[in-house]
Formats: sequence, C-alpha cells, structure tokens
Amino acid sequence: MAELTYRDAVVRGIAQEMTRDPDVVFLGEDIGKAGGVFKATVGLYDQFGPLRVRDTPISEQAILGAAMGAAMTGLKPIAEIMFSDFFAVCFDYIANEFSKSRYMSNGQVKCPLVVRTGNGGGARFGAQHSQSVENWCMMIPGLKVVAPSSPRDVIGLLAAAVRDPDPVIFLEHKSLYPTKGEVPDGEIVDKLGTASIVRPGKDATIVALAMMVPRALAAAEKLKSEHGIDCEVVDVRSLVPLDTQTILGSVARTHRLFTVEENPRLCGWGAEIVSIVADEAFYDLDGPPVRITTPHIPLPAADILEDLALPSVDRIADRVRRSLES
Amino acid sequence: MAKAEDRALAPSASLNDDIGEETRLRMYRMQVEIREAEQRAFDLFLQNLVKGTSHLSLGQEAVAAGCAAAMQPGDLSFCTYRGHAHTLARGVPIEQVLGELMQRDNGLMRGKGGSMHLTSVDHGVMGSYAIIGAHLPIACGAAWRAQYKGQKDVSVCFFGDGTTNIGAFHEALNFAAVWKLPVIFICENNLYMEYTPIGDVTAVQHPAADRAASYGLPRIIVDGNDADEVYRTATAAYRKARAGEGPSLVECMTYRYSGHSRADPAKYRPEGELEKWKERDPIKIYRERLKQFGISDDIIVGIETDVKRRVDEATEKCKAAPPPSLDILTTDVYADGGFAWRN
Repeated sequence: MAELTYRDAVVRGIAQEMTRDPDVVFLGEDIGKAGGVFKATVGLYDQFGPLRVRDTPISEQAILGAAMGAAMTGLKPIAEIMFSDFFAVCFDYIANEFSKSRYMSNGQVKCPLVVRTGNGGGARFGAQHSQSVENWCMMIPGLKVVAPSSPRDVIGLLAAAVRDPDPVIFLEHKSLYPTKGEVPDGEIVDKLGTASIVRPGKDATIVALAMMVPRALAAAEKLKSEHGIDCEVVDVRSLVPLDTQTILGSVARTHRLFTVEENPRLCGWGAEIVSIVADEAFYDLDGPPVRITTPHIPLPAADILEDLALPSVDRIADRVRRSLES
Repeated sequence: MAKAEDRALAPSASLNDDIGEETRLRMYRMQVEIREAEQRAFDLFLQNLVKGTSHLSLGQEAVAAGCAAAMQPGDLSFCTYRGHAHTLARGVPIEQVLGELMQRDNGLMRGKGGSMHLTSVDHGVMGSYAIIGAHLPIACGAAWRAQYKGQKDVSVCFFGDGTTNIGAFHEALNFAAVWKLPVIFICENNLYMEYTPIGDVTAVQHPAADRAASYGLPRIIVDGNDADEVYRTATAAYRKARAGEGPSLVECMTYRYSGHSRADPAKYRPEGELEKWKERDPIKIYRERLKQFGISDDIIVGIETDVKRRVDEATEKCKAAPPPSLDILTTDVYADGGFAWRN
C-alpha cells in the first residue's frame, strides 16, 4: 500500500498495461518527451520508448482516427485528447466511427481502444477548457464511458478499459490530478460497469461521479455532523455500462435519491438515473428525486463565478437537508 | 512516377508490356464486373429493389481495378460511401454487395451497414466511410500498426476530390508524412465534389496533387481512366511504402457518368462534357489495349459474357434472399454481441 496522487496513478496504470501487453501503444499531444500538460504521463516515454509512446501533431482527428485504425487491425491503443472540450473537433470518431463500426459491419470490425482525456472544471480555464462532457459520450451506442474519482480507481478502471474489447472513453478529472489516495501494491484490475458505495448511510442516497464524489462525501460528513442526516454516497464510476442495481439497491434502503452532476443540467446522466429509479423503484421513494447540477450555462473563468456554478459541498448539503426537512 | 502528369495528358500509346497478360485480363474482368454490377444496382434501384441511397462509380472503374490489381494479399482498402467498386475489386462476391444494397440477409453486413458502409475484413476491405475524410486518419492508424509490428502490408485509402478540402485530409497527410507510414492516398478526381465543380471551391487546380508539396510529397497526377497507368503508379507507391519510405498521394483524373447519388440527375454538367469523357471510357480504352496486345475477341467476349452471367445469377439470388432476420437489430453493438448498457 502506498499513497499516490491521481496524476501518478495515471502513469502507473498506463505503465502496468504497457508492460503487460506489447500491443498497447500510446499517442497524443505532448505526452511523450514533455510528460503531458498535466504531468500525468511523466516517464512513460523513457520507459517504453518513442515507438510505443508517440508524440503527435495538434491533430485530434488524426489521433483518434489513427487509434481506430490501429485498434481495428490488432493494436490496443490509448489515445490522449488533452482536454475533453476538444472532443468537439474530433467528435466524428467518437460519435460516428469507432462507436458504430462493429454494428455497421455486422460484427466484423473491432475497436479495442481507450481515449483518455482531461475532463471537468475547477481550474479557472473558462468555457472551452473546463467542461464535463460525460453526457456527450454517454448518449452514443457502442461506447463505454468511465470516470474514476480516486487514484486506485484510476489504475483499476484504466486497466479494465485497456483490456476491454470495446472503445472506452476514460474521463480523468483535471482538478483531481493532485489529490492523493491509498493504492495497493501490485497489479490492479477493476471491472467496468460497477458502481461503488463509498460511504454507507440510511437516510438518503447521493449518486456522484468524478470530482463530485469527494464533494458528495464532504457534504455527507457535514450533514451528519451538523444535522444528524446519514447519507449513503454512491460513486457511479462507469456511466456505460451503468450499474443500476447498486443504485436501485441503495434507494431501496434510503428511500431518497440525489444526483450530483458537474455537467450542465440538460440531458445530464442524473436524468437517466432519475428516470430509471422512477420507472423501477417509484414506490421505494419517500420524496421526489433531486438533481444537483451545474446550471445550463457555459462555465465562466473567474473563480468566484466558477465556484458558484459547480455543485459545491455547501450546495449539496443544503439541498439534501432542505429536501429531507420539507 | 515523375512523368505521371505528362502521361495523364494523353492516352498511353506505347505497347510497353511491363504488366503482363494475366494481370491485364484480371484488370479487364474487374472493370467489366464493376461496370455491370453498378449498372445492375442502378437498374434495381429503378425497380425499387435497391433502397436508401447509392453512389455509383460508373466511369471510374479503372482506378479501382488498377489499384486493386497492384495490391498484394493482406493489403488493406479503406473506401468511401462510393465504395462498391473498390469492394468488388478486392474479390468480394457480387451477390454479397448487391445483397447489401438490396437489404437482404445475404448482404455483406446483412443489411446493417448499407450501400455506404461496405466492409469485408476477410477481403481486406476495412470499411467504407460516409463522413468525408474520416477514413484517411483511420488508414494511417492501420499503417501505423504495420509499421509498429514490422508487417509488410500497405493501407490504401480511396477518396474523392471533395475530400481534399476537409480538415481530416490535411491532418492525415501530415501525420502520415511525419511518421513515414505505409499508407497510400488515392484521390479520384471526378471533377465534381457533389454537385459543385471542384474547381469552383478549391484554391488550386489539382485538389490533391497541388497540396502534396505541403507534406513533402511528390506531385502525382495520373490518367484515372487508364487502368495500366493507375496500376503502374500504384505499384510504385506500394513498393515505396513497403520499403519504409513513407506515404504517397496520387490524384487520378476521371469522371463519373451518373450523378453524385441516386437523387442527383447531374443537370449541372455542361453540355457535351459527359459525351467527351465517354470517348475515353476506361473499359473502351482497355478493350482496345487488350486487342493491341493480341488478345483474341473470343477471350474478351468470354470475360464479358461470364461477368454478365455472374451478375445475373447474383441478382436472382438476391431477389430470392429473405430480408434480414429481426433479431439482428440489437446484435454487435458491443463486443459481447448485444447492446446491454446497464445491469
């Protein structure tokens, strides 16, 4: 067991898989000699060499297209798109190409690849470098979508993503890179499609993803200590496949559902979860499900504005308390 | 290849037998097969037996035949939505192509892809891509795999003149050149992007070849209606790629006889243009070429008769084939064979 940053967990996860399988290759902008703009790929170039860790031009379409072509002919590429906002300039591959080729070809074409990207806000980068784009990806049949919240999950879910036979979008949260957590020694391989109850509780279920997980946990502590409200926190971890059973099971125990989403409100993943719970566990609920989200706005750059926009510990705690007390 | 542009200006008059009879007969058969199958697809469309859309390569057969004949087994083709010709040229059975166009269970992808997405991995046809430019980077990736694994296959990527104005074209060319990838980019310049003349919307005269210098590549223009010229140019490009000397960009000058798609009557063409190009019909040129090399009428007519019979047989099989079974609606979304996104 060692304490590792989320950033260093990315390095360890990639290195674990590249060591295991020579078909795993890694490409992206500034990932090699420079070690990544977030320093999340430091040392990989030295360890695995320029043939396996390849710096690319600023050509996001070429990066994802090349990853697809390599995947469909036998490699297991990990492609980095520096900021998830840049998905918009290479979205064809995400929305039309590697997500659909298996289906369109009646199973002939296989695309086992991973797209890693820096997702989410909190860094004061403004509207084009701060978005949470998980719902852009979640809506596309053929993709799997993962967003780890802890260093341990970074390694385990990254390993699962690399070994998965389907294309996986791997959303790393930029503001979590410096955060630390305990990580077991040795190989770590997790399972896609499994949510995790990161805090048990009996009064309400708070479902969260990525950076919203530590915030939901902090809100749960505050609710407990200040109001005696005992919340269960579920880390979704994997949006596709979605572990609805863990969420439904939690709601069956607590009878209240809150989602905490960093994405802007419309069509966020929480809406899907609320819909599933309404369909399948309506009579478990003692009150209306509540979605706590970023408003339907582009993210501002100024710190006090961005902090106001993203769900905060205080906002989560306040919203849960008001709902339970009403 | 340096003289390619000169050669493109006039039909080859020389009787250079560098290609050989067997390959020539193979290329003639391919061209006739593409012509007959495409014409049949058009007829079936008029009978409402081919549904959706289809983009025919009538008039462009020599590009497909010349490029495919120069390939080796294991080489990979990446095609566009105008991909029937390149699919047939790799040996995919006519029945499977027509079956896909007719949305039958015997189709290449059992009706799940349709005309614009013909794919036959077993034949090295790694897909037909309907978003302009998308497959150029994908072909780069396949070529990267060959380079990384030390495999000797080349990836050949076909696209139209209109593709040269989209970003993915330029990203892929630079990427391939910087990484020295074994990938060949074949531009079929049929003079029209869709309905608009390519010259009206492009800053240079030759939309592909005039951009080659930007990526440190030679300017190659070839007569795309002469299968021999295409074959020679493709052979040289593949050899260069296999030798680890990097990509090539080839612009084949050709012309499509039909509109952009089934919906387009091509009324935008100047009067007489189609007729002028038909004088240089690739199959007509090649038929004369075979005769110049002493191939008998019997052999030539024999090929034509055999191809027509096979197209007829394939058509009848497709007409008799059932539609796809309904249970495939949700198969092969994910690798487990299904479409489950939740537990």
